[in-house]
Amino acid sequence: MEFRIYRYNPDVDQEPHLQTFEVETDRGMMLRDVLLEIKRRDESFAFRHSCGEGVCGSDGVNVNGRNRLACITPVSDYRKGPVVIRPFPGRPVIRDLVVDMSDFYRQYHAVDPWLKRKDPVPEQESLQTPEERARLDGLWECILCGCCSTSCPSFWWNPDKFLGPQALLSSWRFLADSRDQAEEQRLDDLDGPYKVFRCHTIMNCVDACPKHLNPTQAIGHIRNLMLKKSV
Amino acid sequence: MNMIRKNFDVLIIGAGGAGLNAAVQLAKADLRVAVVSKVFPTRSHTVAAQGGVNAALGNVDDDSWHWHMFDTVKGSDYLGDQDAIEFMCREAIPTVYELEHNGVPFSRLDSGKIYQRPFGGQSRHFGKEQATRTCAAADRTGHAILHTLYQQNIKARSHFFTEYFAIDLLQDEEGGVTGALVMDIASGEPMILNARATLLATGGCGQVFRTTSNAHINTGDGMAMALRAGVPLQDMEFFQFHPTGVAGRGMLITEASRGEGGYLINSEGERFMERYAPTAKDLASRDVVARAIVTEVREGRGCGPDKDYVLLKVDHLGEEVVAKRLPGIRETSKIFLGVDPAFEPIPVYPTAHYVMGGIPSDRFGRVVTPAHHGPEEVVQGLYAAGECACVSVHGANRLGGNSLLDILVFGRLSGLDILEYLDEHPRHRLTHSSSEERAMARFQRFEAEGEGVSVAELRGEFRKVMEDHAGVFRTDDIMREGVEKVKEIRRRLDDVRLHDTSRTFNTARIEAFELENLIDVGMSIVTSALHRQESRGAHSRPDYPERDDRNWMRHSLYFLEEDRLDYKPVRTRPLSVDSFPPKPRVY
Repeated sequence: MEFRIYRYNPDVDQEPHLQTFEVETDRGMMLRDVLLEIKRRDESFAFRHSCGEGVCGSDGVNVNGRNRLACITPVSDYRKGPVVIRPFPGRPVIRDLVVDMSDFYRQYHAVDPWLKRKDPVPEQESLQTPEERARLDGLWECILCGCCSTSCPSFWWNPDKFLGPQALLSSWRFLADSRDQAEEQRLDDLDGPYKVFRCHTIMNCVDACPKHLNPTQAIGHIRNLMLKKSV
Repeated sequence: MNMIRKNFDVLIIGAGGAGLNAAVQLAKADLRVAVVSKVFPTRSHTVAAQGGVNAALGNVDDDSWHWHMFDTVKGSDYLGDQDAIEFMCREAIPTVYELEHNGVPFSRLDSGKIYQRPFGGQSRHFGKEQATRTCAAADRTGHAILHTLYQQNIKARSHFFTEYFAIDLLQDEEGGVTGALVMDIASGEPMILNARATLLATGGCGQVFRTTSNAHINTGDGMAMALRAGVPLQDMEFFQFHPTGVAGRGMLITEASRGEGGYLINSEGERFMERYAPTAKDLASRDVVARAIVTEVREGRGCGPDKDYVLLKVDHLGEEVVAKRLPGIRETSKIFLGVDPAFEPIPVYPTAHYVMGGIPSDRFGRVVTPAHHGPEEVVQGLYAAGECACVSVHGANRLGGNSLLDILVFGRLSGLDILEYLDEHPRHRLTHSSSEERAMARFQRFEAEGEGVSVAELRGEFRKVMEDHAGVFRTDDIMREGVEKVKEIRRRLDDVRLHDTSRTFNTARIEAFELENLIDVGMSIVTSALHRQESRGAHSRPDYPERDDRNWMRHSLYFLEEDRLDYKPVRTRPLSVDSFPPKPRVY
């Protein structure tokens, strides 16, 4: 099968180019296995990867125009070649498939992604019913791979002002937590024309999420809550 | 050479559970803390822990830290240090509550308390009924904990050096540690980080084996750095093979699948664990279950066309339980095997999972080594916590759910002990010039050009040798051959040449450094294993099938210099309760 890989090493290349590799594929092979085979042939090829099972979130790449996590994307999803693998769109390329994710992390940090309590700390655990806890399912499993935010046109245009689907999913993860006691402050912090409202429900994020999470829905919940609170 | 030098109060190498839990204690105290990690913190391998963390909260059944302690001592096959084990089991309870207060999304019981599930090797009343002690967030507990700890560090504003690779420790004239030489992966530039105290929290080394549940990054970097600094590695012959890896691939299928009621069958459909562990059955200790699976396959009762795996059944639990309690392994099975465990059994075989051994440390996280006065003299300025350390709380075999516990308890304690150490040591010590030169020589090691062996080739060969010669069952001749082969591979490391010597994000160079680390750690495993002439915990020798407490109830210490071995006694005296004397270990 034919793979066309984006290559760019700033130390030696004037500009980026696509390099073609022919890789023999078999059933059960993931795209990460293909990248590793290419790395074995050409050690100068750079990409991030680690756990190989879709939990560490290192190996997000753009495959035929869509963001995917290489280690859990079966090659069999692509019946015929060529498969074009590029770095995440909209991010500065460091080398080959490795991009600078600083903006993405900055936006995650910007939503104060930690539990805020005002009550004194109890002696044992704070209680939460299974139903209250179930509201967090589909939110806390985010692996920060960046597939969603870097597939979002609004994030491409305003990566410094629009929080992006990932950060907003995390914001809702804490707003939805029965233990969190900072709703008002969190909503105040999200106010303004850019942070939340640049989402135009294009829903690329939902297509891109390798963990089948739904940032668009989370953003909808935030908007509803903001509206409710402003009435 | 002109290079960047920075001074910090504390340097932490590694940003998994142990490093982050130490960092947050120190950052809260307004110290200057540098956390160096070769990957973005939430990519650390803590993220992959599935089943949970043990603490005798008693949310389901009556429980006590003392029973937890007994199980851990027994699970360790009496090689664990009982003072450290008592300490860990007591600390488990406030540690889990603290995690919850910091936001970990634990699953919940109807009472609103933290959900707990049964795990292997757990009992109530000192070896009687099964206990229910493992606190879980579905089967993604490590993810829940690691992300929460990272969040707490953002809040505390810890200083991260993300995607920096640690080359080597720096030392003063007396061998005290003064910081480390690191490399910015993005630019390829070296940098010196001086610190009054340095904590190694670099995790495990599962990549020494070909088939492993461990991530690409688990290359024993901190252990190898300690070795090169003259510190030994303790009990490295004890490597845990997790019974249920995805057959042929190695990724983990959590023990929680058996804790929730799953069981193993062979090609005859027999629940074979009943023969090996009549009482605990599928929830016997991991070493026991892994040996049983390998024995079934060797005796021809394996499943599949090549009869090379057994089957793990959870389909009788119903789709709802699988979806709610085991969503992660359901996803993994579907993706990698095309099997939905809610309806079909999962093909499994043991996979290299966890190293019980590591950098010898005491229960405050201080690195201890035989120097001048006795076997446990503190190395000034050096701490170790987490999988890279050996406290030793796991002895010869770790219980499921005790690994997250270990990293959290001793990560936190290291942080707190460093606070005291800094009070007593207000000044930076002076790095000896020879130490800096040695570190720089290592940094430049793979810059030679020309033809030679490739990293990928030598790494492949090495990992195969380790799998063939240091696996579940070990005999003298197999291991003797293994030692010779690893020595030969170590010699050939000098012939390794990189074709790519560019600076920017050169992953080939990183992999070369990692290979060197893997080989040093691998050598410690085969050497320690060859010399231990008994079967204990995960170290199983058909030629010495019995545990030999008279000669071998002691810790091994491997030194890099001349591949030397030394030994020290097990600490059998707990802090406040009676010692658990060695007994035959049956489940």
